[in-house]
Amino acid sequence: MDALLKALKENALETPANLARMLDLSEDEVRKRIDDYEKQGVIRGYHAIVNEDQLAVSDVTAVIEVKVTPERDGGFDRIAQRISRFDEVQDLYLVSGAYDLLIFLKGDNLKDVAAFVSEKLSTLDHVTSTTTHFMLKTFKERGVLMAVADDHERLAISP
Amino acid sequence: MTSRHDKIASHLAHVPRSGIRDFFELVETRRDVLSLGIGEPDFVTPWRIRDAAIYALDHGATSYTGNLGLLSLRREISRYVEAAFDIAYDPRTEVLVTVGVSEAFDLAIRALISPGDEVIYHEPCYVSYGPVVTFAHGIPVPISTRREDDFRLTAEAIEAAVTDRSRVLVLNFPTNPTGATLDRADLQAIAEVAQRHDLIVIADEIYSELTYDGARGSIAALDGMRERTIFLHGLSKAWAMTGFRIGYACAPPEFTEAMMKIHQYTMLCAPILSQMAAREALAHTDSLVGGMKSDYEKRRNLMHAALSEMGLPCRKPRGAFYMFPYVGDTGLNSQAFCMQLLEAENVACVPGTAFGACGEGHIRCSYAADMECIKEAMQRIARFVAQIGA
Repeated sequence: MDALLKALKENALETPANLARMLDLSEDEVRKRIDDYEKQGVIRGYHAIVNEDQLAVSDVTAVIEVKVTPERDGGFDRIAQRISRFDEVQDLYLVSGAYDLLIFLKGDNLKDVAAFVSEKLSTLDHVTSTTTHFMLKTFKERGVLMAVADDHERLAISP
Repeated sequence: MTSRHDKIASHLAHVPRSGIRDFFELVETRRDVLSLGIGEPDFVTPWRIRDAAIYALDHGATSYTGNLGLLSLRREISRYVEAAFDIAYDPRTEVLVTVGVSEAFDLAIRALISPGDEVIYHEPCYVSYGPVVTFAHGIPVPISTRREDDFRLTAEAIEAAVTDRSRVLVLNFPTNPTGATLDRADLQAIAEVAQRHDLIVIADEIYSELTYDGARGSIAALDGMRERTIFLHGLSKAWAMTGFRIGYACAPPEFTEAMMKIHQYTMLCAPILSQMAAREALAHTDSLVGGMKSDYEKRRNLMHAALSEMGLPCRKPRGAFYMFPYVGDTGLNSQAFCMQLLEAENVACVPGTAFGACGEGHIRCSYAADMECIKEAMQRIARFVAQIGA
């Protein structure tokens, strides 16, 4: 992956001026390349990583394993795209193994999720079964540790 | 009884305290200092390595090891050195595991030096070279390297320093504190001088993995040099394992045996937990070191750009994690610049003179600090430079 994309994945808030210094590019070049990536759809968005366990957030996240019968033309794509259009679906992946689609779903509460699974998901043709897990605690999200920290203090000066 | 001072061995009493200690004590008295004075990675040891140490402790690895170190670790060292540096050492007779490169350097000097023998090394340099030579009753012969030469050591300068008492040449490239590197042609010329004057080379390769823009290679790999080189390396810097204290020496059997004699009666062996962690670290070098190195490179580029923008002349170092800008144009010497910077902006850098008198006019800024710390420190240094210039 391009060094600029890597740097942005680490910190999307980094200014073009600093990115230019870090990567030995001109600031104009950095701005242009970010702009190009956005136009091409390589960069799809910028998000904060929030530790929701620290907030009084009452919504729930479910992880749903879905088994699907693939279609003769198009395999899993059409059904996966259809499911991905629901706003509640945060992430959706086609995976190998005991099931086919892995969904991360946000709902206001448990009932909400249950309703989505029974009314929207299970009723789709081609969906043969679902298994729903509720997320209890986040330990690490997108490479960032949430529940522990290394807090040992180093010497301020050393040879 | 005469005074207790008189009881201290005379060759030790004449060695001054490390200049870095004085500065450290001053920094210690202050709160919330932004430090660019740290000679170790800001990264915590990668979890995979820490996990190996925990596993070893869980399974009761609490004993001595053989004096040379665990054979499984020596095999891993031998494999790694051959893959990375293209030099083959026999893990049974040519590899010694030590407590950091600091111990390995001491062993190498004591194994080679008789009283009055001269040891040639380049300054500015790591703080221990001169004192360790003195402790071994040898004569330190520092060669000043210069900003105009990018702090590279030249064959001519070595040639000029050689006498009939010269025994050893010490090379540390990439260099702490300058970040200087040598290319193959430099090393070749130095190798010829070493062979002509029958010098043994101690090559301190501790920063070798942290080279940028393609600078890499040890003098030990050149024709005719393996037999006259003691190759020193360790896990502290690139693998972020300073606290584990693991170094190693690779050398022909006679040298290894001589160093082992001292090591077995003084240190006995390196700590077993650290040795087991080091084995894991070396076996997974590429995945563990690559990410940290690319972070260092970005920080180096940012720091270099910032120092240049504020008007402090600084070459862009190709190795280690230090920048060695020239501050003489501000009218302050190294020590005064660092003291006043600390006083005015609460930023700690190390005076260049801590690494030898020829470091005068320079300060060492470590970029083994996190990016936000570096950015803030650069802003404060820029403000300070603008203020004293006004």
